[in-house]
Amino acid sequence: MPKDHGIGASPKRREDVRFLTGKGQYTDDINVHGQTYVHFLRSDVAHAKINKVDTSAASKMPGVVAIFTGEDFAAIGGLPCGWQVTDKHGQPMLEPKHPVLAHGKVRHVGDPIAAVVAETKEQARDAAEAIELDLTELPAVIDMKEAVKGGALVHDDIGSNLCYDWGFVEDNKAAVEEAIKNAAHVTTLELVNNRLVANPMEPRVAVGDYNAATGDHTLYTTSQNPHVIRLLMGAFVLGIPEHKLRVVAPDVGGGFGTKIFHYAEEAFCTFAAKAVGRPVKWTASRSEAFMSDAHGRDHVTKIELALDKDNNFTAVRTETYANMGAYLSTFAPSVPTWLHGTLMAGNYKTPVIYVNVKAVFTTTVPVDAYRGAGRPEATFQLERVIDKAARELGVDPIALRRQNFITQFPYATPVAVEYDTGDYHATMDKLEEIADIKGFAARRKASEAKGRLRGLGVNCYIEACGIAPSNLVGQLGARAGLYESATVRVNATGGIVVMTGSHSHGQGHETTFPQVIAEMIGIDESMVEIVHGDTSKVPMGMGTYGSRSLAVGGSAMVRAAEKVIKKAKKIAAHLLEASDADIELKNGKFTVAGTDKSVDWGGVTLAAYVPHNYPLTDLEPGLEETAFYDPSNFTYPAGAYACEVEVDPETGKVTIERFSAADDFGNIINPMVVDGQVHGGIGQGIGQALLESCVYDANGQLQSGSYMDYAMPRADDLVFYNVDHSCQTPCTHNPLGVKGCGEAGAIGSPPAVVNAVIDALQSAGSKVTHIDMPMSPSRVWAAMNQ
Amino acid sequence: MYAFEIERPSTIADAAAALSKEEAQALGGGQTLIPTLKQRLAAPSVLVSLGGIAEMKGVCTADDGALCIGGGTTHATVAAEAAKSYPALAALAGGIGDPAVRNRGTIGGSLANNDPSACYPSAALASGATIVTNTRKIAADDYFQGMFTTALNDGEIITEVRFPVPEKANYQKFVQPASRFALTGVFVAKFADGVRVAVTGASEGGVFRWSEAEAALSKSFSADAIEGLTVSADGMISDMHGSSAYRAHLVKVMTKRAVAAAH
Repeated sequence: MPKDHGIGASPKRREDVRFLTGKGQYTDDINVHGQTYVHFLRSDVAHAKINKVDTSAASKMPGVVAIFTGEDFAAIGGLPCGWQVTDKHGQPMLEPKHPVLAHGKVRHVGDPIAAVVAETKEQARDAAEAIELDLTELPAVIDMKEAVKGGALVHDDIGSNLCYDWGFVEDNKAAVEEAIKNAAHVTTLELVNNRLVANPMEPRVAVGDYNAATGDHTLYTTSQNPHVIRLLMGAFVLGIPEHKLRVVAPDVGGGFGTKIFHYAEEAFCTFAAKAVGRPVKWTASRSEAFMSDAHGRDHVTKIELALDKDNNFTAVRTETYANMGAYLSTFAPSVPTWLHGTLMAGNYKTPVIYVNVKAVFTTTVPVDAYRGAGRPEATFQLERVIDKAARELGVDPIALRRQNFITQFPYATPVAVEYDTGDYHATMDKLEEIADIKGFAARRKASEAKGRLRGLGVNCYIEACGIAPSNLVGQLGARAGLYESATVRVNATGGIVVMTGSHSHGQGHETTFPQVIAEMIGIDESMVEIVHGDTSKVPMGMGTYGSRSLAVGGSAMVRAAEKVIKKAKKIAAHLLEASDADIELKNGKFTVAGTDKSVDWGGVTLAAYVPHNYPLTDLEPGLEETAFYDPSNFTYPAGAYACEVEVDPETGKVTIERFSAADDFGNIINPMVVDGQVHGGIGQGIGQALLESCVYDANGQLQSGSYMDYAMPRADDLVFYNVDHSCQTPCTHNPLGVKGCGEAGAIGSPPAVVNAVIDALQSAGSKVTHIDMPMSPSRVWAAMNQ
Repeated sequence: MYAFEIERPSTIADAAAALSKEEAQALGGGQTLIPTLKQRLAAPSVLVSLGGIAEMKGVCTADDGALCIGGGTTHATVAAEAAKSYPALAALAGGIGDPAVRNRGTIGGSLANNDPSACYPSAALASGATIVTNTRKIAADDYFQGMFTTALNDGEIITEVRFPVPEKANYQKFVQPASRFALTGVFVAKFADGVRVAVTGASEGGVFRWSEAEAALSKSFSADAIEGLTVSADGMISDMHGSSAYRAHLVKVMTKRAVAAAH
């Protein structure tokens, strides 16, 4: 019997009532009295020297309030990078300045050159067109392997396009070489992890406001982590102390990583609001989103898998070129390194692993974390090379994986992380059941009867979530801590408000977090409200990304609630004239153990705020507690996915026929919300595998700059998924035993789709061993006819 | 968008007069023009909306059996009202864009724009349709003159399109994954006196007739009849969604499928 209440129940998402009835309050819904509008004049060339930006005619245009150029920001800080990677020689990465407005050079199509503030949006745009630019075009830097050989420099002052050359674990390099030399079989695969544009439904928006009377700045922005923006922008860009800067991220319509980062437009609106003495608003068009939101993925990789004569994995070696784009976005350096190299063991007991990553500057939009961030890239190459090895060796891909599974936990990988729990055979068993692997042969026959090739692709994945232990990430180069905060405020009549540092932009925290509190106290979820996304209301929190909200933010909330309960028990003990130790809390009622003496939740909360009968000498009035939680390890969700495709041999068109996912997320708070998270992730993973492709031409022009050319998955590109998360090995080191589910679908699905397509083609005798994503009809057809 | 004036004539004569003004631009359903204006890629001084002209709307059958569609008729209306008289054409109209596009976009607007990946040009050319304007009648074979180029003069309005109804016909569209315009679309129409095959989406020259296939199919209307033919990749579009060789290949595949599905 499923629960109807608390942890494990599936109440419908309360936030959807306002989202589905048009009552959400998004940043673009915020209009401040007297506001002006900014239009950014963006570069339409990839790379050029700026000789002159002449604003004299534009500044006389109707409605213009002010025009800013790179000169106006030359003296202040650039947009900071939050992670410093140390290269294989022990040297820090090259870190060029990222100006708010381009200064000296433009470095990608979309790089903002000037900003026009005007009375209306259209006037701002009209004036921007009247700005006269004198640019000297320079060669575009697009191909990563060419970029590191020499030629044009994206940043002249740092002298190289190579941001860093990272080796991990450098001490294992020789052992890996030796293992590969001695292997009975080595499978090699070269592949591309295609560049993606996140495309949240809501484009980015920023509204800057400044109160000259108080000196207070306010920024309303589309962010996954308003405190991070406050810290980065206040301390590093504009020099505004945190107590004079409020950052609000209200309802946010999807983030997928791209709204983690601190962007130039936010800094500009905050700066300009003070400079012009009026609020300044910017709303991105979809075209601007394509050329200014941080992109994702874009790795070019060679991976080698060594096996002994019994098909045991003996070593993995990879070499990856990772595109950084024109500037270092906030967390960009961490994605191909610590979020990628540390996952190269996957679910397998490979004894030695060496990962080399060359991060490269190019004249393209900056690349940073996108749903999964490094972990999809790791999973994709590993699960693809295992599949290729199985085909080369003529062994069953599932059996080869099972043979090499890690089975003993905790397990210390050769790539510096320790998996706390997992049961990879259990998720594979579950997958074989829900995907009906046994029935595949019959389904293939049916497909063949109608002239279609059918393929089955299976893979596993593991991810490191719940980011992250601050002391560990500090050693790895993070310039921030990655704890989370919560304040549990109990009102006099018993209702509770939780101020959480996590931020919900689709995840459903407003529904799921109250389920946890309701379970702990034994009250109804409707008595609990969640407040998030406002630095003036919420304690310093690090926000939502890396599937961390429940594992880290939820844990902070649990710790704060435990403090509340501890104090409430003391109050109850006083009211019941008993000892604290004898008080039990169950179903919202405090009882003296072994007696029928009790006081209910409301009686205690009222006493806390109307302390007439209260132990005032021992206890402060009120009932409100704050906790900061810093995890001791990552969490390690894992699972096994299966995809069945049909390929039309005449056109190369791939259709997804079945998709099954068996995930181990540890304990589950709301199974329906978890289903939704997995569904969304799989949709994006299938999008990457079949449809989505961000393409630059050799001149650095963005060819896929709109939905006319950038293919987002539509409902009819997908299928009804078969999702199961009944395999649960709870996390051992956080209070809820939870692991995180936000990114799994996007991590686990791309290799399943590619493996299935290769299986389909080989079933008809094709020798194709790999097709790069997206596997568009033309690419599949070309591969079949090569 | 740049600022513009808008006029909403209710007769063809008034529309023609309004379009004679300098930098005037006709507005059909706006499914191409409005996004173009929003991106500031066009700057007409006057937009002349054809949406209020009742005499340009509707679907009917003429005495000679031809299907007559007013130039201002939406795709959704064609999909519904031509379903019995010319099912292949109705199916094509019902497959353009999405419901929002089909409820606004018009046949006259599509043919006047002549996007090389649009669906309607293939139907008009394969059917041997007549494009009727406010000043003359133009045979489809004379009308299409390359991508985004037609026989229309400045200010000329498509008031009606007359489609001879074939014995059998079918349209097969292989969609470009992002836009879902035709990466390659083939319309096959079998008349008593022969077969016409028109291809959209594939050629740099816009919609074209595949005459070798027409000859083979006129002898024997079966997919096998064109098995031995090949399509040259020369002059085919090549872009991130498919090479010219791929498009050339699709021309044949879609033609065979259209023949097999024609009824």
